[in-house]
Amino acid sequence: MQKLLLLGDEAIARAALDAGLSGMYAYPGTPSTEIMEYIQSSREAAEKGIHREWSSNEKTAMEAALGMSYAGKRAMVAMKHVGLNVAADGFVNSAITGVNGGLIVVSADDPSMHSSQNEQDSRFYAKFSFVPVFEPTTQQEAYDMIFDAFELSEKYSVPVMFRITTRLAHSRAAVELKGEIPEKKLHLPSDPLQFVLLPSIARKRYRALLSTYESIKYDNRISKFNRFTDGKNRNLGVITCGIAYNYLMENFGNNKPDFPILKIAAYPFPKDLIKDITDRCSEIMILEEGYPMVEESLRGILDSGIKIYGRLDGTVPRDGELNPALVGKALGLPVRSGKEVPEIVKMRPPSFCAGCGHADMFNAITEALIPYSPGRVFSDIGCYTLAALPPYNAINSCVDMGASVTMAIGAADAGLFPVVAVIGDSTFTHSGMTGLLDAVVKNSPVTIVIGDNSTTGMTGGQQSQATGRIENICLGIGVSRDHLRLITPLHKNHEENVRIMKEELEFRGVSVIIAARECIQTATTRKRSKASNESILNVQR
Amino acid sequence: MKNDIVLAGVGGQGILSIAATIGLAAVERSLFLKQSEVHGMSQRGGDVQSHLRLSDKEIASDLIPYGSADIIISVEPMESLRYLPWLSEDGWLVTNSNPFININDYPPIENVITEIRKVKNHIIIDADAVAKENGSLKSGNMVILGAASPFIEIPFMSLENAIRSLFGKKGEEVVELNLQAFRAGRKFSGG
Repeated sequence: MQKLLLLGDEAIARAALDAGLSGMYAYPGTPSTEIMEYIQSSREAAEKGIHREWSSNEKTAMEAALGMSYAGKRAMVAMKHVGLNVAADGFVNSAITGVNGGLIVVSADDPSMHSSQNEQDSRFYAKFSFVPVFEPTTQQEAYDMIFDAFELSEKYSVPVMFRITTRLAHSRAAVELKGEIPEKKLHLPSDPLQFVLLPSIARKRYRALLSTYESIKYDNRISKFNRFTDGKNRNLGVITCGIAYNYLMENFGNNKPDFPILKIAAYPFPKDLIKDITDRCSEIMILEEGYPMVEESLRGILDSGIKIYGRLDGTVPRDGELNPALVGKALGLPVRSGKEVPEIVKMRPPSFCAGCGHADMFNAITEALIPYSPGRVFSDIGCYTLAALPPYNAINSCVDMGASVTMAIGAADAGLFPVVAVIGDSTFTHSGMTGLLDAVVKNSPVTIVIGDNSTTGMTGGQQSQATGRIENICLGIGVSRDHLRLITPLHKNHEENVRIMKEELEFRGVSVIIAARECIQTATTRKRSKASNESILNVQR
Repeated sequence: MKNDIVLAGVGGQGILSIAATIGLAAVERSLFLKQSEVHGMSQRGGDVQSHLRLSDKEIASDLIPYGSADIIISVEPMESLRYLPWLSEDGWLVTNSNPFININDYPPIENVITEIRKVKNHIIIDADAVAKENGSLKSGNMVILGAASPFIEIPFMSLENAIRSLFGKKGEEVVELNLQAFRAGRKFSGG
C-alpha cells in the first residue's frame, strides 16, 4: 500500500477523503488549518467535486457540515479549540439531532498556547454533549481512526469528535494508506422530524442519546483503540491519554516498561479497562495532554480511593503541554539535560513583517490618539494583535473573535469616549458584523478600524470571506456613508490617515475606517506564483 | 541508527526546506521519521524550530528529549544557542554566521560567536557568502545543510537526490544551483 509523509492534520484530511468524504468545512485556526488546506490542494477532491470552501466562522462551518450529514453524505468540520466555543451551539445540539451521513468534528487543542488565548481541553465539550471522542496517538492512528469514526457516527447516529493537540497536528510521519471508499449517495433521514428540536422531540432524542452514550463504549470501534498492557511490576500502573503515551514510551527507548499501562485513545472508555489496571496496581499515574479530565473522574470528589499521581497533585505540571522530560521526571526516571541557554540569547517574539500595512495603520491610530489618555484601543484576534508588543504598545485588549467591536461598545456605554476597535477583515466577517449592528442600532460613539489585508493572515493567508465586501456590508448594516472612511495604510499617507482618524474619533456616533492594503505575504506569494507561471508558459512556448 | 536534529531559525527564513530535504532522503532510505514543525504565530518573525527525528526503529515522541539531539542546524547564529538544552554532549552545532536582526536588543555578534565557540563540536559558516559565490543568495539554507551533512547519518547521494526531487519542479537550473550550494557547504565542513 502507498505510504505518504503527512502532518497529523494531513493524515486526518487524507483519511477523510479516502473514507468517502463529501464535504469539508472549516475556519482557519492554528493548529487545525492544514486539514482544509490539504483537501483544497488535493487533486482527487477537485476531481470528485468534494466541498472544500472556507466558512465565515466555525459555527457556520459546523452547521453546514450538519446539513451535509442531514442529506446523507459524510461530512467533516475542523477548527481550533477556541473555535469550538463559537461552534458550540450547533455542536452540542447536533448530538441531540443525531446525524444521517457520518459527521466528524475535529477540534485541535493548543496546550501551552503556542498560538492561542487559552488551552481549553475539547474532551470536556464532548463529554458535556455525550459525543464519543477519538484522540489519536500517532499520525497513522489518526488516519486509521477516521474510518472507524465515520462508521461509528453512522451506526449510532451521533457526531464524533476528533481531538488532537498541536504536536500531533504539526508533526510529520509516514502514513500507510488504505483503499478508497466511495461517497455516500444523497438520502434524507428516514424520520422527517429527526432534526426538529422542538421540546417534545428533543426530550425523546436526548433520552435516546443518553442510552446510546452508555452502549457506545462497548463498540469495537472505540474499544480497540484503548489498550491495556500488563506488566510484572505492579506498584504503579500508568494511564495515558492521546500523545502522552509517546512521551511515556520515549523514556524507555528500546526497552519495554515492566509496569501495567492503559493507553486511552477513544472515549467513553469502559469501566472494566480502568478496573483492570486499578485492581492490579497499588498506585496509579495519569498522563494527559490537556486538562486532568480522566484524573478528576478517577479521583472523584472525595479522592479517597487508590493513590493517584497526576496534574492535580503536582507530579505533572498543572498547565502546559507534556514532553518526554516532564513524563520522565514524574516517573522518577533519570532525565538528561543539555546545556543551559546562554544569557546573551534574547527573546525574539513574532512581529509585523517588514512592509506590513498593519504597522502603518497602528502608527496612524497611535498618533491620532495622542491628545487622549491611554487605554482606549480594543483589538482582536489576528496578526494585528502583535501591536500589543513594543515598539507599538498600541492595543489594550485581545479576547476572542469579534470582541474588539463589542467591548468598545460596552466601554462607550460606560462613558469612555473616544474608543477605538481594531479588527481584521476576516475576523470582522467571522464575528464582528453582529457587534457592528449593535453599535449602529444604538448609535454607539465608537470608531471601528477594519485592517483589511484581504486575507486571513496569521494562519498563513487563507481566503477571507470579507474580500471586496466590507464596504457594502458596513453600509448594509447601516453605517452612515459620511462616516465610512477608506484609507490606504502607507507611510506616505500617514498625515492624511491621522487627519481622517482624528475627525472620526471626534464624531459621537458609529464610524468605520477601512484601512485597506494587501497582506505583504500574500502579495509576495501571488507575485511569485504569477512569475513562475509565466516562466512555465515561456518554457512551453 | 538514530539521528535527532533540531532545526532553528527565524520565522520566514525557510528552515522547513532543510527539513523537507532530510525528510525526503530519510523516506528514500526507508527510515522511520518524525518531524515536528512550528506553524502559526511564531512564523511572523519569531524564533522557530523543527524537531527532526530519524531512526531505523520506530520513534515514540514527536519531540526530541533534552540533552539528546545529535545536531543543531541553525540558519541564524543566536538562534543556534537557544536550543542548547536539546544538544547532547557530543552533538554538533552547525550554524550560519550571519545574524538576522529584527529585535532592538540583539547582542553584539562577536559575543554570539564566542558563545558558539564554547560548544565542543561546532561549525560556523558564512552561508550567505558561500551561497553568493555559488551563484544564488537564495540557496544559503542548502549551504548550511551541506555543512551539516557529514553528521547526518544519511548517505550524501541520498541527500543530493532529495534536493533534485524537491527543487525538480522549479527547473534544472534551480536544482543545479542548490546542489552546488549543498556541495560547497559540505566542502567547508571537510566532508
